[in-house]
Amino acid sequence: MKSIKDIYTLLNEVKDPEIPVLTVNDMGIIRDVNWNNDVLEITITPTYTGCPAMDLIESQIKEELDKHDLKKHSVLTTLSPPWSTDWITEDGLKKLEEFGIAPPVKGTADKRALFAEPPKPKCPYCKSEKTVMISAFGSTACKSQYKCKSCLEPFDYFKCI
Amino acid sequence: MGEITGGWLTTREQENSVVSKETALLEYILRLGDNALILGHRLSEWCSNGPVLEQDIAIINISLDQVGLARNYYKLAAEIEGGDRDEDYYAYRRDVFDFKNILMLERPNGHWGDTIARQFFYDTYHFFVLEELKNCADERIAAIAAKAIKEVAYHAQFSAEWVIRLGDGTEESHTKMQKAIYNVWEWTGEMFETNEIDGLMEKANIAPNMVEIKNLWDDKVSQVLEIATLKKPEDGWHQTGGKMGVHTQYLGLILAEMQYYPKSYPDAKW
Repeated sequence: MKSIKDIYTLLNEVKDPEIPVLTVNDMGIIRDVNWNNDVLEITITPTYTGCPAMDLIESQIKEELDKHDLKKHSVLTTLSPPWSTDWITEDGLKKLEEFGIAPPVKGTADKRALFAEPPKPKCPYCKSEKTVMISAFGSTACKSQYKCKSCLEPFDYFKCI
Repeated sequence: MGEITGGWLTTREQENSVVSKETALLEYILRLGDNALILGHRLSEWCSNGPVLEQDIAIINISLDQVGLARNYYKLAAEIEGGDRDEDYYAYRRDVFDFKNILMLERPNGHWGDTIARQFFYDTYHFFVLEELKNCADERIAAIAAKAIKEVAYHAQFSAEWVIRLGDGTEESHTKMQKAIYNVWEWTGEMFETNEIDGLMEKANIAPNMVEIKNLWDDKVSQVLEIATLKKPEDGWHQTGGKMGVHTQYLGLILAEMQYYPKSYPDAKW
């Protein structure tokens, strides 16, 4: 029987299908790994409610376990406590930036405020702080669109929830 | 599901009906799910039709959040009902009278200002309702709400800012936005309407008190409309029926499109 630690290591092979540099561990979506007698139970939590990647992530986890001859497994989903961008690991934040997605800025302004000052992420390409939000919504549920005023490149920002 | 839909019951018959707490809970969850699904489907019609690319993307992101939310509620309903039901059953295998969404959400999108007006009124309401639901007595509903409110906060900010941009924009955008507000107004009252199901759920510490939600909503709406230089219409007669399964012609058209595939090829897998 593999140790829980080994299972976590093995899960590093499962990547987020939309952000392939991040593993499910980096994302902080693995909430629990547990042997229930001889059945391996893995509990995951969705990032966004409508995130279409969740079903794929679940089947990728199952595939990975099958590959390692861990045939008796079940993947459970929990909504509580709700996932937060604060759960992305330090390593994950670094990988996001290298991939060209500005990582979430901690302590984002209250979204209930009208015309609240949007967070000011650094440009992931030229590191300039002169950036401006184009839209709070982006190419996937978890991103906003930004533009760098220094190098003029548009970029994605992983928005805080 | 028991005999609770009440679509054809008179008010007196409904008042005299005895609804168990379990049945009321299921009905309440399906209403939440139906609101999310029908609005999500309507908004998805903006895909590739948005006024500019960024707003096209924004509105369909909001649509996606709604459909995901519907899935969570339907999964919970399936869990409560048991048997071989799953979330798809509620979306694809029910007919018009089974849906309990409020009428406002099934109305056609109209122009961008019409969509924004509806979205602003609904997002504001939705935000306050979720704020209560996330602390409600049913842990499963609370978990769904605690997750959703993080996303709905973005929606509410988006639609309120658009109301202000258009209301306090050009003469033309102001006129169109004011008209959009007047047009949708008579459909907003249904959000705060309560019947037996709401009463039972409020007693069970699940549903929020709608009088309090209405007060919060009124304050926020007044505040935003004032900034937007738009007039807030007077409360008056309002459209009703959705919560009892009595719908406008538009819901049938939505279902015809949304359910076409699973109805043509039942149990198709790919």
